[in-house]
Amino acid sequence: MIEGILIGLTTALTLQNILMVMLGCFFGTIIGMLPGLGPMTAIALMIPITYGFDPATGLILMAGVYYGAVFGGSTSSILLNAPGVPGTVATSFDGYPMAQQGKAGKALAIAAWSSFAGGTLSAIYLLFMAPSLSKVSLSFRSPDYFALMILGLTAIAAFSSKGQFLKAMMMVVLGLMLASVGQDSLSDITRFTFNNMNLTDGISFVLVVMATFAMSEALTIILKRNDPTSAAKQVSLTELGSIKINKEERTKMYKTIPRSSVIGFLIGVLPGAGATIASFLAYGMERNVVNDEEKEKFGKGSVNGLSAPETANNAACSGSFVPMLTLGIPGSGTTAVMLGALLGFGVQPGPRLYMTNPEIFWSIIMSMYIGMVILLILNLPLIPYIARILAVPKNYLIPLILFFSITGIYVMSFNNFDIYLMIGIAVVATFMRLYDFPMPPLILAFVLGGLMEENLRRSLLLSNGSWEFLWDRTLTLCILLTTILIVVWHFYKTIIKK
Amino acid sequence: MNINTTKVISLLFFIFSAFYLYTAYQIQVFAFDENAPFNARTFPIYLGYAGLFFSGLKLILPDPNTIKVQHKTLEYKKTVILIVIAIIYGATILKVGYFLTTSLFLFSSYYFLGERRWVLMFLLSFPFVAAFMYLLHGVLDIYLRDPFLQSIGVMG
Repeated sequence: MIEGILIGLTTALTLQNILMVMLGCFFGTIIGMLPGLGPMTAIALMIPITYGFDPATGLILMAGVYYGAVFGGSTSSILLNAPGVPGTVATSFDGYPMAQQGKAGKALAIAAWSSFAGGTLSAIYLLFMAPSLSKVSLSFRSPDYFALMILGLTAIAAFSSKGQFLKAMMMVVLGLMLASVGQDSLSDITRFTFNNMNLTDGISFVLVVMATFAMSEALTIILKRNDPTSAAKQVSLTELGSIKINKEERTKMYKTIPRSSVIGFLIGVLPGAGATIASFLAYGMERNVVNDEEKEKFGKGSVNGLSAPETANNAACSGSFVPMLTLGIPGSGTTAVMLGALLGFGVQPGPRLYMTNPEIFWSIIMSMYIGMVILLILNLPLIPYIARILAVPKNYLIPLILFFSITGIYVMSFNNFDIYLMIGIAVVATFMRLYDFPMPPLILAFVLGGLMEENLRRSLLLSNGSWEFLWDRTLTLCILLTTILIVVWHFYKTIIKK
Repeated sequence: MNINTTKVISLLFFIFSAFYLYTAYQIQVFAFDENAPFNARTFPIYLGYAGLFFSGLKLILPDPNTIKVQHKTLEYKKTVILIVIAIIYGATILKVGYFLTTSLFLFSSYYFLGERRWVLMFLLSFPFVAAFMYLLHGVLDIYLRDPFLQSIGVMG
C-alpha cells in the first residue's frame, strides 16, 4: 500500500494535476451553485476537455468538479433553499433556517468545514478499507437493496415533525408515482404518458427538484409577503452574520462529523445508494442521537442538523468511488458519468485496476486530500462574497430564482412542455407546502423510484413471485425489521400517544 | 361550515391514487409477460394501493395538528400574475428566442413585484441575460436557440 500511496502522490502532486484539482473545484463550485446545474451536468461538460489529458489527470479534474459541485449545491441549498442536486436536499433542512435567522455566513462556514472533514476522513477510510469494502458491497443482493431503499424512504418520517408521518408517506408515494411515468426500463412499455411523447422519457429529476424547491420557494415567498410572521424572516435574510464558529458549535461538530462520515462513506460504497441516502440517513441518525433539547432545534437551524448531511454527502462522494474503481459499478449517477469517461480512455475499472493502472487508482485517492484542502482554502474566504446573494432584494431575487429554474429546464430539453409541467408541479407544491406537506420525501422517493422498481423486479423474479425474499436473508430481514421499528415508533409517537 | 383543508387534500390524493391505480391496471403488457411474477404494471399497482392506504388513513384518523392558513394575508394577486408571466415566458421562449423573452420576463416580473428603479431593472434584465447567455453559449458551449438574435445577425 505504501508503494501505491507513493505512486499516487507522485502523480497527484505534479503541477498540471494540482492545477486541474484547483480548476475542477472552482468551476464545480460555481456550476454547482446554479440551481439546476449539478455535478452530473458539470462533469458531463468536462468530458470533452478531459480527453485531451491522460486518464489520471482527466479523472482528477472530474473528481475536483464533483466535490466542488457538491459544495456549490450546498451553498444554494443554504442561501436559496434551492438544492441543485439530491445530495444537498438535507442540507437545506437546517442550513436555510439558519440563513433566515441571519446566520448565513456561519451556516456556510459549518458546511465548508463539515464537507472538508467528511471528505478527508472518507478519503482515509477509502485508503485503508477499499479492498475489503468492495467485498462487503458485493455481498448485497437485490432484496437487500430493495429493503435498504424502503428503510431510506421510511427514515424520512424521522425528519417530519409531530403529526406529519402520514403526510410524509403520502409524499413518498407521490414521488414514486412521478418516477413511474415514462418507459418501463426493461420492457420499454410506456406508462402514464397518456400518449404524450414528451413524457416518454419520464419526468426529469432537475424539473421536479426545481419545481418543488426553487420555484415553489419563490412562489411561497411572494404568497406570504404580507404575512406578519414571514416579514421578520425576510428582513433577517439580508444579514450575513459572522463566519466564525464558536466553541460550543465546534464541540457539536466534533461529535457529529466522525459518525456522519462513517455512515456517509459506508452508504456511498453501496452501488446505487450514494450521497442522497447518506445525507438523509445521517440527518435522521443525528436527530435520534442528540439530546431532546438539540432535537427540538432540528429543522430550525441546528448545527448538528447542518453538519451531519454535509459531512455525509462529501464522505459518500469518496465512498462512491469504491464500487466504481474496484467493481466497475457506479455508486451514483455522477460516478456513472465518470465511469463512462473512464471507459472512453480505454481503462476498464474492476478488481484488476490496482494492478493494471495503479497510478489511476492511487492518484485519485491522493488527489482527494489535495482537493479537500483546496476546496476549503477556496471557499472559506469566498463565503462573504457568495453570501451577497442574500442582499439581493426580494423583488429581484424571486424573478432570478424563477429565471434560473426555467433556464435549467430549458437548456436540458428545449421543450415548452417541460416548462409548463414544472410550473404546474410548482403551483401544486406551493399549495401543499402551505398545509405542511413536506417536499424532501417526494424528492428522495422520486430519485429512488427507478432503482427500487428494478430491485423489486429482480427479487420477485428470483423468488418466483413470492415475497419470502424479504425474510430469506438475514441482512434483508435486519433492514426490514429496522424499517418496521421506525414505522411503529412514529405511529406510537404521533397517533397513539395523543 | 369549517372544512379541514388537509383532509380535502387527502381526499384529493385518495381520488388521484384511485385514478392512478385504475390507469396502472390499464397498462398494456406483452402477452408472455401477462402472468409473470413482475411486469410493467406490478410496481405501479402497489403504488396505487399504497396511495389509497396512506391517504385513507389520513382521512379517517383524527388530525391533531390542524393547519390554519390565514388566506386574507396571502398575496394571491401577485403570485397569479407571476405564474401567468412564467407561462407566457414558457410559451414564447422557443419561437421568439432566449434573449428577448428572458429579458422581458425578468423586466416584467420586477415591475409587477413593485420595483420602479428603471435603470436597475434594465441592468438586471437585458445586459444580465446577455452576460449569462455568453457564459452558457460562449464559454460552456451549451446551445441556446434564439431565432430573434439569429434574424438580426447577432447569433450564428
